[in-house]
Amino acid sequence: METMYPSTPRRSRWSHGLTVASILALVVASSTFAAAQKTPSAPPGRVVKVAAAPQVEIHDFQFTPATVTVPVGTTVTWTNRDDTLHTVTEANRRFASPGLDPGGVFSYTFASAGSYTYFCSLHPHMTATVIVK
Amino acid sequence: MSEERLHRRHQHILHDPSGDGVDRRGFLECMAWAGTGLLWAVSAGVLSSQRLALAGEAPPPGAFHFAQISDSHIGFAAGANRDVTATLQLALARVKALQPAPAFVLHTGDLTHGQKAAEFDTLEGTLQGAGVGQVFYVPGEHDVFADGGKEYLARHGRGTQGGGWHSFDYQGVHFIGLVNVLNLKPGGLGVLGEEQLAWLDKDVAGLSGSTPIVVFAHIPLWAVYPPWGWGTDDGERALGLLRRFGSVTVLNGHIHQVLQKVEGTITFHTAMSTAFPQPAPGTAPAPGPVTVPADRLQQVLGIREVNVVRGTGTLAVVDSSLA
Repeated sequence: METMYPSTPRRSRWSHGLTVASILALVVASSTFAAAQKTPSAPPGRVVKVAAAPQVEIHDFQFTPATVTVPVGTTVTWTNRDDTLHTVTEANRRFASPGLDPGGVFSYTFASAGSYTYFCSLHPHMTATVIVK
Repeated sequence: MSEERLHRRHQHILHDPSGDGVDRRGFLECMAWAGTGLLWAVSAGVLSSQRLALAGEAPPPGAFHFAQISDSHIGFAAGANRDVTATLQLALARVKALQPAPAFVLHTGDLTHGQKAAEFDTLEGTLQGAGVGQVFYVPGEHDVFADGGKEYLARHGRGTQGGGWHSFDYQGVHFIGLVNVLNLKPGGLGVLGEEQLAWLDKDVAGLSGSTPIVVFAHIPLWAVYPPWGWGTDDGERALGLLRRFGSVTVLNGHIHQVLQKVEGTITFHTAMSTAFPQPAPGTAPAPGPVTVPADRLQQVLGIREVNVVRGTGTLAVVDSSLA
């Protein structure tokens, strides 16, 4: 007895293969994507160590953020966004910027671990801290 | 913010320690805006005033007057005042117009804004050019913040001690210039320091309690507003050394507005700036320069004239704005 197979046109067979390949590609891609997502994120409350250079803004006679925690070797950059002169001066003069005009920028690279309290030598009530771990 | 807070007009304060029952404490509207001063005189316990406007008019015998300017901030050029040298010149013209000429001028600090050599040069040149006579200085934090006072002392340190403190006598009045802007600490206020307090103690030790004392220093010696750094951590120790005197007048700058306080025999006066105003304590997020409309700027800047009636310890303080 003759077996009757449903006939599959050549074109649809080719597009069927393409579809399967696409699906397979998608599966591979999504599992790769999922693998990337498996890196655990920082638990809430813990300071995330940043790889990029942290920025501190001087505005309204305040250093913002008031506390920055960075790994050893990080360069921190301060920008004066106020309309008057300020300085970035470490309490024990471990670092001291010149007078920063509005728009002025100062950077310092923290080579040693420790807690660095700094202030504006013109307006000493402006204080802030860099913690280097 | 209310413009009234910034607007200080003529204010007359008479501090009289003789306690003869005459009310000398009050505020009067000055009668003329042209900057004429008033000389107060006491005779047989009766207060009288006399205009100093007429040229060539001699002051009553035993009286002299001097002027105070403050916070010229040469080098500042932001919105609040694009030409601080011009407003300083206006202030000095007012000083020069006082009749008769003041004996000398006190500058209570922040001569410059950025502690730069060129700024000090301009300040000195402007003062010399104005021909107001001898000027006595104390530094502000803007004059010493970057180098701890080296540039300031090189120019204005002659005859001073330590960080620039000094004293001198004029017609029986003892003038003391104190420096409270060095070695500022994070979170701290102005500071005089042990060396200066020891010097002050010795400086006044031999004076009789009836010697009128005038103290001039940049940051207010009393706690005007500590959250903005407006005060001196050890100011009370200096005042303690002066409480035995019958007449002490403390002249300060730093806050760019006139505030006064009386504590027993000590009267405190802060001064207007010749450069730009600042907000009244606590009325703004920060004590930065305040921009007013251009046609109002001269009304919030000013000078001070202090009239001394010799022999009574009576000092009359007259503040006038530039317009």
